[in-house]
Amino acid sequence: MIELENVAYSYSGGELLSDISLKLAPGSFHFLTGPSGSGKTTLMKLCYGALLPTAGHVRLFDADVRTLSRDDVAMLRRRVGVVHQDCQFLDHLPVVENIALPLHVSGRSDSAYGEDLDDLMHWVGLTERAAAVPPELSGGERQRAALARAVIMSPDIILADEPTGNVDWDMSQRLLRLLIELNRMGKTVLVATHDLSLIRATKAHVQARVLRIANRRIQLAGADL
Amino acid sequence: MSAVSEIFQRLIQPDTQADRVVPPSGFTAQLTLFAAGAMAFLAVFALALSLAAGRLAEQWGEELARTATIRIAAPADQQQAQTEAALRILETTRGVAQARPLSDEEQAALLAPWFGGGLELDALPVPQLIEVLETAEGMDAAGLRLRLAAEVPGAVLDDHSRWREPLVKAASRLRTLGWLSILLIGAVTAAMVTLAANAALAANAQVIAVLRLVGATDDYIAQAFIRRFTLRALIGAAAGMVIGMIAVLLMPSGGDETASFLTGLGFKGAHWFLPLFIPPLAAAVAFGATRMAARRTLEGLS
Repeated sequence: MIELENVAYSYSGGELLSDISLKLAPGSFHFLTGPSGSGKTTLMKLCYGALLPTAGHVRLFDADVRTLSRDDVAMLRRRVGVVHQDCQFLDHLPVVENIALPLHVSGRSDSAYGEDLDDLMHWVGLTERAAAVPPELSGGERQRAALARAVIMSPDIILADEPTGNVDWDMSQRLLRLLIELNRMGKTVLVATHDLSLIRATKAHVQARVLRIANRRIQLAGADL
Repeated sequence: MSAVSEIFQRLIQPDTQADRVVPPSGFTAQLTLFAAGAMAFLAVFALALSLAAGRLAEQWGEELARTATIRIAAPADQQQAQTEAALRILETTRGVAQARPLSDEEQAALLAPWFGGGLELDALPVPQLIEVLETAEGMDAAGLRLRLAAEVPGAVLDDHSRWREPLVKAASRLRTLGWLSILLIGAVTAAMVTLAANAALAANAQVIAVLRLVGATDDYIAQAFIRRFTLRALIGAAAGMVIGMIAVLLMPSGGDETASFLTGLGFKGAHWFLPLFIPPLAAAVAFGATRMAARRTLEGLS
């Protein structure tokens, strides 16, 4: 699904990631952890084509990202659901339209998906808030709306960058449960988080592997977590 | 051709959802409307100027090029003989359709503006004028001059080129300037729409980022902006054109066009339809400008 081969990424200041090789198999559940500023978000961006590696190869669905046109990248993002750290929405449109946005931009009419959309809204517990505009939502509601938007196209891969960043413990548990449920439906999931207790709590429910970024490299963390 | 019709179809069939993804913008939208309207208004006048100047250049060129005058200033006793000699020469000159000496009454009418009516021509040593009408091919003025000089010493040929040329030249220069103004108006419209589109793209950076994230293609994103600016330019230019046409209609008209250039400024016949092309052209310019601006901006983003 996603394959990184000796990938390095440098900002003008210096190398942030180096020699990273990684393979996300279909249906796997991975955590990505590491101290703040270690490059978690950068690695996530490399995984959905928002950044190009400065060295090495990133292959998404067996295509090298370097060879992809801008339209190819757009098509690819319809197969990869992304939940951003700071979830951004179209602030002038109500939540339900924001969640249905991927359907619209890919030219599918939302009437055909009306029932799915209702189910999804219910699943993330936002049915009551459907008509609110994003700035009116709480942090947890925004995260859930972002998750709903990420999965509405039924993507093969879900990338979530600190999805529990600004929510309380109960809410982060709920969000994780949603991700676990998606994984059980066969989706590949990669969650970046610095919250180790969250990882421990999740490992009881799903066979998750933990990747840790340290010293610009990636390591498979031991079972001690 | 199919690309053009597809573009047109996308323009007239609003994808309301695609329009809504970009938040509405109040004030800048009105500025674009206003600027497009002002440009269309100016374009109407530049067009009227070009067409009127073109008409004048053609008219003067044609009318005057077909006629010439021979003036015979000879002592009174030779005037008749020289006139006849000149007419004989003209009969055998190629390119002369008709030659005819002006009667005394006609000559008096020509002089009336200067000397007043009731002028006794006999009292003055007025030269005899011969009006020459040329055929379509025209005549060889230099050759005719040489023959006249040899046989009719008192004859002077005036083929009007001396004062016709600068007038025709000025009129056609004016026409060129008019068309150049129209081109400049088009370029300024493009520049203005580009600026407005760039501002709109910059103001909506977050919207664009969100759309890219959820898998929108550049075309989809650009479309929302292109539609907006194209429609604004179309509506603004249509309003400006209508006001401009009304202003041209209200210009006082002064009968004969050659009488005064100013009163001839306007549209004639089918030319009234030409300004109708201004709004679609403005829309096309806005379409192209927004498209280029959107392409450039979007390609700079991830």
